[in-house]
Amino acid sequence: MKQTIVQKILAKACDKDFVAVGDVVEPRVSLAMSHENAALVINQFLEIYKETNLEPKVWDPSRIAIIFDHRVPAESSKTATNQKKTRGFVAQQGITKFHDIRGDEMGICHQILPENGYVRPGFVVCGTDSHTTSHGALGAFAFGIGATEMASAWTLGTALNVQVPPTIKVIVNGEFSDNVLPKDLILYLIGKLSAEGANFKVIEFHGEAIRKMSTSGRLTICNMSVEAGATSGIVVPDEETINYLRNTAGVTDEIELVVPDEGAEYDQIVEINASELVPQIACPHTVDNVKPIDQVVGTRVEQIVIGSCTNGRLDDLQIAADILRGKKVSHSTRMLVFPASGRIYQQAIENGIISDLMKAGAVVVNPGCGPCLGIHQGALGDGETALSTTNRNFKGRMGNPVSNVYLCSPAVAAASALTGVITDPRKGVN
Amino acid sequence: MGKVIFQFEDDISTDIIYPGRFMATVLPTETPQFAFADNKDLNKMLVNKEFSENDIIIAGKNFGCGSSREQAVSTIKGHGVTIIARNFARIFIQNSVNLGLNTITAPDYQAELGDEIEVLADKVINKTSGKEYAVIPHSAARQQIIDAGGLIAYTRKILIDKNK
Ligand code: SF4
Repeated sequence: MKQTIVQKILAKACDKDFVAVGDVVEPRVSLAMSHENAALVINQFLEIYKETNLEPKVWDPSRIAIIFDHRVPAESSKTATNQKKTRGFVAQQGITKFHDIRGDEMGICHQILPENGYVRPGFVVCGTDSHTTSHGALGAFAFGIGATEMASAWTLGTALNVQVPPTIKVIVNGEFSDNVLPKDLILYLIGKLSAEGANFKVIEFHGEAIRKMSTSGRLTICNMSVEAGATSGIVVPDEETINYLRNTAGVTDEIELVVPDEGAEYDQIVEINASELVPQIACPHTVDNVKPIDQVVGTRVEQIVIGSCTNGRLDDLQIAADILRGKKVSHSTRMLVFPASGRIYQQAIENGIISDLMKAGAVVVNPGCGPCLGIHQGALGDGETALSTTNRNFKGRMGNPVSNVYLCSPAVAAASALTGVITDPRKGVN
Repeated sequence: MGKVIFQFEDDISTDIIYPGRFMATVLPTETPQFAFADNKDLNKMLVNKEFSENDIIIAGKNFGCGSSREQAVSTIKGHGVTIIARNFARIFIQNSVNLGLNTITAPDYQAELGDEIEVLADKVINKTSGKEYAVIPHSAARQQIIDAGGLIAYTRKILIDKNK
């Protein structure tokens, strides 16, 4: 029987040759990732052990990753205390893939995992974060779970009750026009599928435009697959995957590529011609409220945000710097940049990107989730509007329920920073 | 039997159910005070207990979309209300099963604020309109976790069996 990538990954993780869509399986977990919410996972983990007379011990400390990113440096004593408690647990259990608040190691979990080679093709990755779907960029089956489910995985080393998902095949051919980016592709797809169009399903990306796409772009599209409800996004791993793992992530051991069988069965097939795409904007207050840019050009924005696990990587910052170099951010707006990791921040300093951005008027904050989820940086005032390269624009997402968030690519964000209104980056900006 | 105390539209996200700014609060027992914090009327009704046990919040499609934050489930569970929706986002329904929040998937239901509704295993009956609507049951795998009393108890049992 022919299988999709995810069927093959799940079959292998259960020591089977074949699993059918709809089967309930208990795959071994290759990597279990948490961030600050590890504090809740620890609580639930200790609950499981209560009254068992067993000593609480995670199944495999080398397969657990904990990355502080959501609120770094801590915004409150409560967070600081949770982080302290988590550090204690990490030390006690011998968890090695731990990234604390340090310039040389910190970053957003969905950047730290790939750039450190923690994720490989064929892995089963679960994370207590809905954007765990990102890691499908490297050919892994990666999905978000809640804290109690993670506590269960820490205990048993398996994900319980995973129903083998059906797969939507998305084929992207053609070439992207200048200043049309992977973000525009995924926003377009979410608009087409709707916010629940892929609920309980996997999106498997194919086609020449995907084969030519960098791992950074693949991370962007897999990251936002969850905004169409998908359990996971996944790219068929190839030469680019190997190059990224060898050259960027420093992986030296063997890499096995799991690819879908020719003739595997798909739930739905969607074809997109990249050359017909224009910049896309997700308008308030749902991610699937997507419009081509010409419908919203001229909308006034008080805050521009570039960063996050979606678009805070080096190429994203480079695109922004290229547009902003030698120019000025409009005084009618403010621009915040948060690089996705310490490593990216360093590279952007060495390449002069940070200097270009700051000279133009951008505020560059430390790596982390920053303004993305409205906790401790870059809140919006009542009635204000943000234009952001992040991934969610739900009411209140950036910390204020009476504000608006529009989502876009880094090129749109940078072009709009110069004018203070939503601006098409394909037209020359002065 | 319960009364519909609040009506939501489609795509109610976890940012509406439990805004990110309260996420430093993690213990399930501490979360109920922040349920729907930015929806002042609903939050007040819940926190002041201006409703009866078994009362119901109804919603459209894709309830609980967005983040995997489990507080979005524990915050509602703490009030003992039931959620009826046309469907739920994957992580939210999984978290509901794991923590024991009563979520009812009834794709075609019709109800309005104040309607009296009886929830049965396979259907919901709108006593006010007299109409019945089919309920999509949980998968057998999820039902096992519910029957065990939640995922903590379920995992604990597997752990104990393994160590026998
Ligand atoms: S950057 Fe935003 S979306 Fe990404 S992990 Fe952080 S909070 Fe979540």
